[in-house]
Amino acid sequence: MNCIIIDDEATARAIIRQLCAQVDILNVLEDFPNAMQAIKYLNQNEVDLIFLDIHMPDFSGIDFIETLKNPPKIILTTSDTNFGIQAFEFDCIIDYLVKPITPQRFQKAILKAQSFMPKAVEVESSDQEESSSETDLYVNIDRRLVKINIASIYLVEAKGDYINVKTETKNYIVHSTLKKIEDKLPQDLFLKIHRSYVINVKKIVDIEDNSVLIKKEVIPVSRSNRPELMKRLNLL
Amino acid sequence: MEQPNMSYIQSMSGGDTAFEQKLLDIIKLEYPEERETYISNFTNREFKAAADNVHKLKHKISILGLEKSYGIASDFENNLLEGKTDLSIEFKSILDTITEYLQQI
Repeated sequence: MNCIIIDDEATARAIIRQLCAQVDILNVLEDFPNAMQAIKYLNQNEVDLIFLDIHMPDFSGIDFIETLKNPPKIILTTSDTNFGIQAFEFDCIIDYLVKPITPQRFQKAILKAQSFMPKAVEVESSDQEESSSETDLYVNIDRRLVKINIASIYLVEAKGDYINVKTETKNYIVHSTLKKIEDKLPQDLFLKIHRSYVINVKKIVDIEDNSVLIKKEVIPVSRSNRPELMKRLNLL
Repeated sequence: MEQPNMSYIQSMSGGDTAFEQKLLDIIKLEYPEERETYISNFTNREFKAAADNVHKLKHKISILGLEKSYGIASDFENNLLEGKTDLSIEFKSILDTITEYLQQI
């Protein structure tokens, strides 16, 4: 699940990030100190889940929800123990975490969030897809076949039972394996450089020792995969 | 008076000591500013704004394991919202205890 965190308190953002890091299926895309920055982000990006503080200056969490036309699922995070009833006036609010959030309560909220998410299914392998596989890849997310332009993919990262397909514009969490997507991607363009990473070789910025810089991410290269990577490069 | 402790931070860090230190660094950076803002608003009798400050400080009080102090802070927040200053001395004492703790660690 791709998520963002909105909280004016840096301490709270750090805690929620840490709690998210302990859950394989969560991928924190960004965190924001105020709702306005988050609204700008959501105008250009899709997320599955928002951790939202209610009590923020100028623009409260509730103001934020009312601004969104189609809000994603939201877990409220607050020190207000008496806010529960108002929370259930909004269909998008699926849980309500009182600070300080314990890992146990956090896990429970995530299980609840998962039950609200349409199940992602594995990367399709129909003949129809194979016929268009030269330029596009279709993945099933939330019961929709989403087309991803293969050339725009710069990185695929294994995340437990999921893979995170990163493109120039968006990230897609798909229930699949690195092996399955590797088989679907053109071999001349993509290379597995680590047990958790497949990269688009054309998107490499530079290579240093046992890592590559791709877009703004430093990705490790395993010793066994390094020779193949070096072979692919047009070395002077 | 109860003393700040690391029990909550350790319970949620998953044993990640680097994170524990990072969180303390963030608190050390954020807390003095929040404290000063509260003192300024309280001194200027901006009780609604001071209540908002107390609300935010409550999170840090709870993170530092100060359970009884959290109760006092909640009551004080409600007092401020009603324009009353009861428990201000007790709350100031909690802030001082936290300040001292953060200076020591």
